[in-house]
Amino acid sequence: MPKIKMPKSSPSLDMTPMVDLAFLLVTFFMLTATVRVSEPVVVDAPSSTSEKILPDNIMMITVDKTGRAFYNISNSEVRIHTLMRMGEQYKIQFTDEEKKRFGAMTSFGVPMEKLKEYINMDDTQRQKVKSPGIPLDSTNNQLGDWIQFGRIEAAKQAKIEKDKAVSAGKSFEYEPLRFAIKADGKANYVAVQEIIKVFTKKDIYRFNLITNLEQSTEE
Amino acid sequence: MAEVNTGDSGGGQGKHGKKRAKKLSTRIDMTPMVDLAFLLLTFFVMTSTFNKAKTMEINFPAEPKNDEERQKINNALTFILSKDNSVYYYYGEFYAADNKDGKPATQLEKTNFSKDGIRKLLLERNKNTIEEVNELTRQFKDKGSKMADSTYKRMVVSVKGGKEALTVLIKADDQAIYKNVIDLIDELNICQVGKYAVVDMMPNEFELVTAANTK
Repeated sequence: MPKIKMPKSSPSLDMTPMVDLAFLLVTFFMLTATVRVSEPVVVDAPSSTSEKILPDNIMMITVDKTGRAFYNISNSEVRIHTLMRMGEQYKIQFTDEEKKRFGAMTSFGVPMEKLKEYINMDDTQRQKVKSPGIPLDSTNNQLGDWIQFGRIEAAKQAKIEKDKAVSAGKSFEYEPLRFAIKADGKANYVAVQEIIKVFTKKDIYRFNLITNLEQSTEE
Repeated sequence: MAEVNTGDSGGGQGKHGKKRAKKLSTRIDMTPMVDLAFLLLTFFVMTSTFNKAKTMEINFPAEPKNDEERQKINNALTFILSKDNSVYYYYGEFYAADNKDGKPATQLEKTNFSKDGIRKLLLERNKNTIEEVNELTRQFKDKGSKMADSTYKRMVVSVKGGKEALTVLIKADDQAIYKNVIDLIDELNICQVGKYAVVDMMPNEFELVTAANTK
């Protein structure tokens, strides 16, 4: 009976191309990954068909399901300066350490009186504590002040950057501060309207409403 | 599996006491490294989020000054959002039940967010604009015409903002949720409505909606 002879070959194969590919992918994903910072509240934004991407230089107000307002401004330099201005306004002194910590924070929803305490917490503590939201009624309109000062400081910062770019001989592209509202789909519209009223009182009428891209689930 | 292949061990201590360099294999076991690489790969694939937040730009009207007259809008359609995703609408101006002009009182029609609801209504009401925009798009896509990108955009905007184009007012009562407002604006964008605004409700309208809700 003729035997079929299998060619003897080494059972170990050359893994180099596979490893190359694996590392290529690892590198790609590492570079494209954006660090997701922990927000104090989870907001499920409604979906829309809009494909505009959110600009980078934004002031963002988050509104959660129960209508609490959270404030955030993307540029950390501007954040720190805004905090200083707010501190002057509300007679609260912040140390350099606190300013630094505040610059690295994400959105927050505590009134000025509790802000110092909130800044000094660590991440896990912040997650546990329940933020009451930034007060925005007419007697204690802290959100209005945050918006006002944030806007002024953003304009100042833009000017500083422009001067720097001009003196270095580079071209400067001015990106205006945009006002974004990220509200939970289940939030009462009146709560969002209150926030918009705060903005319109400061003569800000243009907003970016943050939405998720709609999945094509339409039947 | 995990040990490093060190080649032939104990070589070099020969009879003559000669020191010979160890002969090491040039191959290293890459398995742990590959394991790690794939672990990281899996991790990043799982955690990476591709969809950056999308946004919708919208202008809100300024608070009207008291001495300002309410502007007359032709071809207006008003949507009123209320509880449990309900939508009401009416055309034209609002007339209260006992208006001085002797016009019939405004009746609210009920609709919904389904395909046969708002979409159908808007497509019908905004037919002319949609046709004009489609015509422009066809011209733009047509290779012979060589319409510039910016020209096309400007023309679409001007068509949408034209005098005859539909104007939509969105009003929401205290029981409407934010999602409905966004859904409605989205629907307007799909149906090429260029003129829309989210405005406050009038007391008369509020009464009508409350009555319609309890029906």
